[in-house]
Amino acid sequence: MKRPLNPRTREQLLGSLYGWPMGGWFTIFFTVPLAIIILYSFMKRGLYGGVEFTLTLNAYREMVNPSFAMVLVRTIWISVTATVLCLLISLPCAYAMARSKHQTFLLFLIIIPFWTNSLIRIYAWIFILSTEGLINSILIKIGLIDEGLKLIYNNGAVILVLVYMYLPFAILPLFTTIDKFDFSLLDAARDLGATKFTSLRKVMLPNIKSGVSTAFIFTFIPIFGAYTVPLLVGGKDSTMIGNIIVDQVSKTRNWPLASAFSMILTLVSLIGVFWMLYTGKREEQMKKDGPKRTPQALESTVKAHHRAASKGAR
Amino acid sequence: MSTYIHKKKGPSFSSTVLLFTIIFLFIPLFVVTFFSLNSSKGMQWEGASLIWYKKLIFDSPSLWTAFRNSLIIALSSSATAVVLGSLAAVGIKWYRFKGKSYIITVSYLPMVLPEVIIGISMLIFFSAVKIRLGMFTIYVAHTTFNLPFVFMLVTARLDEFDYSTVEAARDLGANERQTLTRVIIPSIIPAVLSGFLMCITMSLEDFVITFFVSGPGSGTLPLYVYSMIRYGVSPVINALSFVMILGTMIIAFSFRRFLKVVAASS
Repeated sequence: MKRPLNPRTREQLLGSLYGWPMGGWFTIFFTVPLAIIILYSFMKRGLYGGVEFTLTLNAYREMVNPSFAMVLVRTIWISVTATVLCLLISLPCAYAMARSKHQTFLLFLIIIPFWTNSLIRIYAWIFILSTEGLINSILIKIGLIDEGLKLIYNNGAVILVLVYMYLPFAILPLFTTIDKFDFSLLDAARDLGATKFTSLRKVMLPNIKSGVSTAFIFTFIPIFGAYTVPLLVGGKDSTMIGNIIVDQVSKTRNWPLASAFSMILTLVSLIGVFWMLYTGKREEQMKKDGPKRTPQALESTVKAHHRAASKGAR
Repeated sequence: MSTYIHKKKGPSFSSTVLLFTIIFLFIPLFVVTFFSLNSSKGMQWEGASLIWYKKLIFDSPSLWTAFRNSLIIALSSSATAVVLGSLAAVGIKWYRFKGKSYIITVSYLPMVLPEVIIGISMLIFFSAVKIRLGMFTIYVAHTTFNLPFVFMLVTARLDEFDYSTVEAARDLGANERQTLTRVIIPSIIPAVLSGFLMCITMSLEDFVITFFVSGPGSGTLPLYVYSMIRYGVSPVINALSFVMILGTMIIAFSFRRFLKVVAASS
């Protein structure tokens, strides 16, 4: 007869049996590859691709090159612009969806383009914007212009297509948070004399902060690491970090440099994610603490109020 | 009495924005569909025809190979992800064991890191351990990015699950295997199946990660689309686009129907 295990050992054993197949998979195919990238970024470049195993900061020094700095600045500029545009469009959309009676249908409408193959969506924009594309041929036909406008292969096109691709990433989390919001609070604010805009800004916005930060991160991270959109609709001056990484791996075969750039991308993403988790946690905490006001909470509210007031006076 | 609630002056600002956004989201899809039916190659409308669909179906042998590869990878990687992800969700929800918080952390990271990073790190890893790029490497990569979603969906389902059911089963003499197959699995099956469907769509959709880890002869459907786009604008891509949009809609519809059936039965 089998000797019964002690409950703690049994739990340990069963938990590992359930959890570690996935844990092992991620260790081999995610943690180890990521560790290799970190390691490679401190290695010397091999002559024919690959690396030589000597510790060096060469890759990071190469990054300070002005043309790479330009790419970094451009990546930040394009991603911030596209993300902010996404959020500005998504907020009213999510609000309208949350207040609508046809929520499932509207969600369905948002999800269809979201699930359609991304290359097909990029291709559709190439079809519309290109020099012999739809817009130009319509404009020529009605006689507004004589030759095609340059609508594609520039940063404007990159931003337009990025916004198009990542709008659903912003709308969906915003919708989930706004949907949980108690709309009678808005009516209360209006009854107390606030204008519609003020009530939205001062009553709703603080309550959906975690949704806004989630939407920001969900759009910002993939846009920051974008590769296909700048490649297919961008021009010579639209290269982003993602493109540099790929070029360094496949064309120049400078693996340490590609790894170093990947490190930047990873770090930015991780900072974003932790910030998102932090705002989410804090909001939960505040909701939990709700009615019982600790002195510290009161103090910080007063301070925030003073800060706001002094800003207003300036 | 507040009057502004009932004051309706046409559609509000937010619903107008929503309307335009939906139009914006659908315009490209409609445009390619419309022009896939055009008999001429250019932007001039010269009557409807199905000539591009004919070309797509009968003159593109590599399309069918790519489609077959895509299906094989989607099914195999989703199946692996569903098994590993569901088991892990059960283990992490109900047991304490060594390395638990590590597993939780690494299970969320692939979901939030940019695809380029996942792709590059896998490419460098495979070449470091000298595994030839091909169907197997694509399968591994797809399983890796599918796993977090299964894990998340099943964990969410388990959050609603009453653990006393499991305790009751044990009190009544069920062993670990019986508890798993008779109590736990039936109750998480809706989440498992919707995770499976989600994995299939993501796997069929993925381009960036596949692009890095694919080798000669292992091209998937998105890679085929990519090579066509690089070659230039062509009505055949329009036809392919419409077929893929239609496929997406069918999957989305069946997903919705499926969720409704599940909701009704439980």
